[in-house]
Amino acid sequence: MKVAVCLKRVPDTTTKIVIGSDGKSIDENGVKFVPNPYDEYALEEAIALKERAGAGETVVYSLGGDSSQETIRTALAMGIDRGVLLQGAGSADGFEVAKTFAAELKGGGFDLVLFGKLAVDDYNMQVGPMTAELLGVPCITTVAHLTLANGAIEAEREIEGGIEVCTCSMPAVLTIDKGLNTPRLPSLKGIMAAKKKPLEVRPVHVGVGTLMVSSLTLPPERLAGRIVGEGPDAVPALVSLLRTEAKVL
Amino acid sequence: MTAILAVLEQRSGAIRKVSHEVLAAARALADAMGGGTTVDAAVLGGDTLDGVAALGPAGADRVLVAKRGDFALYNPDGYAATLAEAGKSYAVLVLAATATGRDLAPRIAARMGVACATDVTAMGVEGGGISATRPVYAGKALQRVVLSGKPAILSVRPNTFAAGSFGKPGTVADLAVPPFTARVTVKEIKAPAQAALDVTEASIVVSGGRGLKEPANFKLIEDLAQAFGNAAVGASRAVVDAGWREHGAQVGQTGKTVAPGLYIAVGISGAIQHLAGMRTSKVIVAINKDKDAPIFKVADYGIVGDLFEIVPRLTEAVKKVRAEQ
Ligand SMILES: Cc1cc2nc3c(=O)[nH]c(=O)nc-3n(C[C@H](O)[C@H](O)[C@H](O)COP(=O)(O)OP(=O)(O)OC[C@H]3O[C@@H](n4cnc5c(N)ncnc54)[C@H](O)[C@@H]3O)c2cc1C
Ligand SMILES: Nc1ncnc2c1ncn2[C@@H]1O[C@H](COP(=O)(O)O)[C@@H](O)[C@H]1O
Repeated sequence: MKVAVCLKRVPDTTTKIVIGSDGKSIDENGVKFVPNPYDEYALEEAIALKERAGAGETVVYSLGGDSSQETIRTALAMGIDRGVLLQGAGSADGFEVAKTFAAELKGGGFDLVLFGKLAVDDYNMQVGPMTAELLGVPCITTVAHLTLANGAIEAEREIEGGIEVCTCSMPAVLTIDKGLNTPRLPSLKGIMAAKKKPLEVRPVHVGVGTLMVSSLTLPPERLAGRIVGEGPDAVPALVSLLRTEAKVL
Repeated sequence: MTAILAVLEQRSGAIRKVSHEVLAAARALADAMGGGTTVDAAVLGGDTLDGVAALGPAGADRVLVAKRGDFALYNPDGYAATLAEAGKSYAVLVLAATATGRDLAPRIAARMGVACATDVTAMGVEGGGISATRPVYAGKALQRVVLSGKPAILSVRPNTFAAGSFGKPGTVADLAVPPFTARVTVKEIKAPAQAALDVTEASIVVSGGRGLKEPANFKLIEDLAQAFGNAAVGASRAVVDAGWREHGAQVGQTGKTVAPGLYIAVGISGAIQHLAGMRTSKVIVAINKDKDAPIFKVADYGIVGDLFEIVPRLTEAVKKVRAEQ
């Protein structure tokens, strides 16, 4: 079982967002970066699949600057065999990112390529399925339940008001949702071993594409609300406001 | 002539409510583009389809229909192949940012070799391209992008664009389906154990948190939702992780993003990750016994006090108002 995982380095979800001086990106000063949370489920799945198969290889790819090496080491500490840093600037245009991954993964002989369902910074939700299209392989997105048997995949994805049961064959691309597994924490032994695992750095050039960021702004503050009252006696006042002022009842 | 293609969705042969929002959004963009830009609607479905006649009045100049047995359920490769082919005649493709639209939009974009903007909350025209505003960093910032590809492909966030009525009939034509290889098959749609209205689709969401103390008390939340008639039940991650509610009900950064007309948070503290999923709701009500709970900072209306006393009273009051209407 040969599995690749695409792992993105993103700001920690509790980060307070400050707009950078270019007005198009965030100010990274003092921001703590972490592995994209959904990608951690993908990493766990890759490691577990190889363990279950008893043989194979797991490889993590990240597109970004040198600081992404630290993120890759975290994956190696969890148990991924080796890492590749595609050294270059990412892009808001998910298609350009997908082209970069497709070029890299093509001919890699992977049975599965795993992505997170979305990156919590850009919320694009597109690099996985786009890469699959470019590679010409089946793709199931937002997988929350997975069964593999004899090269056949059955996956469940949550849709509005139900669960879609999908099947395809391998090789395939899957994007992973929360709930598929519980990612393991790197052990001390894993952290030591990670230092010696191969991490290749390969410069890449990401194209300009057809999507340009024109601005990044903070959302308008919600107007300060009001406390209608205390306890059950405030209910009539609330109901009346919902009817006459908010007009939602 | 410039034209926009609105990609609609059906479930069990009925056009989905969100598709009327997509049509209205496409119609508004057509007006912004000017020059008599027209809007076509594409519907891909099985052998029976209801609601096609209503699509003209909902904003479509022309409705293009592809009916086939293997299109009754979502067919990722077949839908993508059909729309990538049809898309060649359009300046813009608009989809819904639903489970289907989020899966489909990037596939069409990749097949057509252009970018796509997902989860869009506003659209317009900027410097010869199509501009789109989209929440990023869990709604903590708004990114404005300009798409210069032909076509520009966008998916719009549900509950953001109001469906409209344009009072004219549209014409209906066939949508051609090119040959394709179905690499992925959708076998079936399983109903969830707690079958209910989905939080992303409801115009009212009532959510409960750890303040409810134990799972059985979610009955209070269900009763309040029921009193509104058309409300969905949501939950904080704390109670989903504790196994009180299904993952599908979770609102927040690692759950769903909702933007209903009314969001009621009961016994939810309002952690930043919860706010990420509901802060763009039009009206927010909070019920919490802690007057300093962060949820009150985003709530339009709050009641401080014990939910076990307040919620039953609110349920009764809502029932009474609705009975009088
Ligand atoms: C990476 C990450 C992602 C996350 N994603 C999400 C997410 O998607 N969604 C999410 O919700 N959370 C998410 N969280 C968790 C989040 O940080 C909070 O822990 C969680 O939202 C708290 O849930 P709660 O408000 O139900 O519980 P608590 O924080 O325990 O709040 C319970 C509230 O109930 C009130 N209360 C208690 N008793 C009563 C009573 N009798 N009457 C009235 N009020 C009462 C209390 O005053 C309190 O404010 C995430 C966390 C992390 C680290
Ligand atoms: N720069 C990147 N490096 C590595 N993986 C990435 C990168 N950008 C996106 N991905 C992968 O694509 C998934 C979806 O990202 P997105 O389409 O940007 O929401 C992420 O969860 C990652 O698995």
